[in-house]
Amino acid sequence: MEFTLTIIGMSVITVLVKAAIFILGDRVAFSPWLRKALVFVPVTVLTAIIVPMVLAPHGHDMELDWHNAQLMGALVAVAVCLATRHQLLTIIAGLTMFFAWQLL
Amino acid sequence: MAGEPARRFVMSRFTSFSAGARDTLPMLVGAAPFGVIFGTLVPANMVANWQGQLMSLSVFAGSSQFIAIGLMGQHTGMLVIWLATFIVNLRHMLYSATLLPYVVHLPSRWRWLLGFLLTDETFAVVDAHYRRHPREAMGHWYFLGSGLAMYLNWQFWTLIGLLFGSAFPQLQSLGLDFAMVATFIAIVVPQLNRRPQLAAAVTAGIAAWLLRELPYKLGLLAAIGAGVAVGMLLSRGEKTPLATSTPAVPEL
Repeated sequence: MEFTLTIIGMSVITVLVKAAIFILGDRVAFSPWLRKALVFVPVTVLTAIIVPMVLAPHGHDMELDWHNAQLMGALVAVAVCLATRHQLLTIIAGLTMFFAWQLL
Repeated sequence: MAGEPARRFVMSRFTSFSAGARDTLPMLVGAAPFGVIFGTLVPANMVANWQGQLMSLSVFAGSSQFIAIGLMGQHTGMLVIWLATFIVNLRHMLYSATLLPYVVHLPSRWRWLLGFLLTDETFAVVDAHYRRHPREAMGHWYFLGSGLAMYLNWQFWTLIGLLFGSAFPQLQSLGLDFAMVATFIAIVVPQLNRRPQLAAAVTAGIAAWLLRELPYKLGLLAAIGAGVAVGMLLSRGEKTPLATSTPAVPEL
């Protein structure tokens, strides 16, 4: 029930954000300051989510060592992405490394 | 003969609609793996399959869906999830501000519908179309064709992911959430080609790590704020970026 409510709230927020300017038109003023800030949102959000997941896959303590499959997979994904700029290849390489490292 | 103009009207509506869907085809292929990954993350985060599909049906915004499903799995409060949804989706306002001149004359039910269907991909396709044909009367049908194609595509691949994730529950114990990490890396790394972007991401990453024990995932929100602040400080004096046909997150 709580999840359902969370999802309904998300959908209301999302459609309001997406449609606001189409509905309100020029009444929405858009400061250059906000416009600039928005450019940095995607990279900061995604990085802030994955860094703790990679450095501490089991929760609290930092696991900066060779046994951390999340860390190894992430390093491979970053390297492949820098080298190829190919998104699907990046995901496949990262996942392959991650699963292979766990089996070793 | 009286029906002739009406039929031409219908034809051109349909032509615009299918052209919009057709021009979105490469984007459909690009979005497919993300739909599958999202679907597999749903059971992995202890969310019911129908709720995962409900999210794709009603929210229809890939990056916020990824973030929300991860946060739900960590039992994050819904206010924080809603706030994250709001922040992540704000970029759509840049897109809708760019497209506003082409939809401002439409009835409001059309504007709500096209707003709901707006995504990074559809913005890229529709914006390019309007630049080529600024006075096309049936442009909203092109917009609808692109948006609806993305919508149905997202539903289909979400469902495939849900079925796949449920069929192989052992995947979950292996740490399926790493699929999300790899996906996010594939989105973030190509965007780090400018120094303010790189500094913003590094700041957000360090802050998220240092503040990870704060309750309600407030550390995440603080990290976003710190990263954006550093990025803006370093890009002072640069020209204000405008929404272009290269969207911020082209795949989600």
